Amino acid sequence: MLPVARGKRRSDILRGNVMAALFFEPSTRTRLSFSSAMMRLGGGVIGFAQPEGTSLSKGETLSDTIRMAQAYADIIVIRHPQEGAARLASDIASVPVINAGDGAGQHPTQTLMDLFTIQQEKGRIEGEEVALVGDLKYGRTVHSLAYALALFGSPITFIAPPQLQMPPSIVEEIEGMGVRCAQATSIKEVISGLDVLYVTRIQRERFPDPTEYQKVVGSYRIDKKALEGAKADLIVLHPLPRVDEISPEIDEMPHAAYFRQAFNGMPVRMTLLALVLGAIK
Amino acid sequence: MRELKVQPIRNGTVIDHIPGGMALRVLGILGIPKEGSTSSVSALISVPSKKTGLKDIVKVEDRELGPAEVCKIALIAPRATINIVRNYGVIRKYAVTLPEIVEGIVSCGNPNCVSHNEPVSSRFRVISKDPPRLRCHYCERELVGADIPAHLL
Repeated sequence: MLPVARGKRRSDILRGNVMAALFFEPSTRTRLSFSSAMMRLGGGVIGFAQPEGTSLSKGETLSDTIRMAQAYADIIVIRHPQEGAARLASDIASVPVINAGDGAGQHPTQTLMDLFTIQQEKGRIEGEEVALVGDLKYGRTVHSLAYALALFGSPITFIAPPQLQMPPSIVEEIEGMGVRCAQATSIKEVISGLDVLYVTRIQRERFPDPTEYQKVVGSYRIDKKALEGAKADLIVLHPLPRVDEISPEIDEMPHAAYFRQAFNGMPVRMTLLALVLGAIK
Repeated sequence: MRELKVQPIRNGTVIDHIPGGMALRVLGILGIPKEGSTSSVSALISVPSKKTGLKDIVKVEDRELGPAEVCKIALIAPRATINIVRNYGVIRKYAVTLPEIVEGIVSCGNPNCVSHNEPVSSRFRVISKDPPRLRCHYCERELVGADIPAHLL
């Protein structure tokens, strides 16, 4: 898929297939990469990028929108602000449904590209020491990634301010899978032992008190100083978009793998679409 | 001082081994008090129990429970027993139990769960029966013990 994803080779293995991209919430890279992935493989794309101007703004339920979309498409890709929306859609639809993010729930295709990137960069996933940093309470990418890493038996450290720590039910479930989990409140405590540092944004709106936000946010910013003492082959990942949680000075360092990670959205989503639609095995 | 005893019921249901203080919740599940009903209802609160220290007991005349009511009771009183009484004798006694899937009984505790806004029944997988732990089929959030009574439908 990689040469096709880069546009160096042509493929039409999904010719005649239509993907409905139902984005009830803003998205740039997930929506564009899904659309591009479908088109790179010869398929077509219908859908919307925001609910305004569609029948949803007239009060149509999600259930009815899904019933309509399945009549027009062979596969549905959905992003929705409410948790469980993709599960509901898959219960209703007779065509496959891919979750492209549901509220603060899950973002499984991001996780597939995260895992692919770790495998590509480190040569393995099993046993790699991974730390997830930032908003672990509401961040859907880290929820999905934590479950997936647990399946590979990778020890995980959750680094976050106490009010944004990983939900206890997720930690309990992951520990129940026999995976070693630890919690930390600063990057410095654990940086020397890490193979992968996965950074997410701490959002201002999570803090009722702006001074509290200012106090907290600086201690989770990744700059050269924060990486002092890190292994030479540590990789830094980020689901993007970043704001200021990773300093641009990191971009040129060998640790920075987040732009390669973002590109991997293409081959991973192409592969997923082709697998789900039965074009490859 | 003469002890006031609760009269036995002739026909109906006795719900025993309710955790202390939960009898009124059980009555609420059964829709009691019901306007116009002449059947007697007794609630014994904080009765000494060998197993649990204190327990509540509810006796309802002329009434047998439906599966949804038993399921709701199992969520707030997982060790409760149901005694079916006919002509002053217990003709059947069974422990409440939760099915593997609980549907339309309790609402999701996550206010942002899609199940609140769509024409679907709430649906949970039972992770643990005692203490009860439920996982929402849609958003996968858990609803546990003390949070359950407030979400009964």
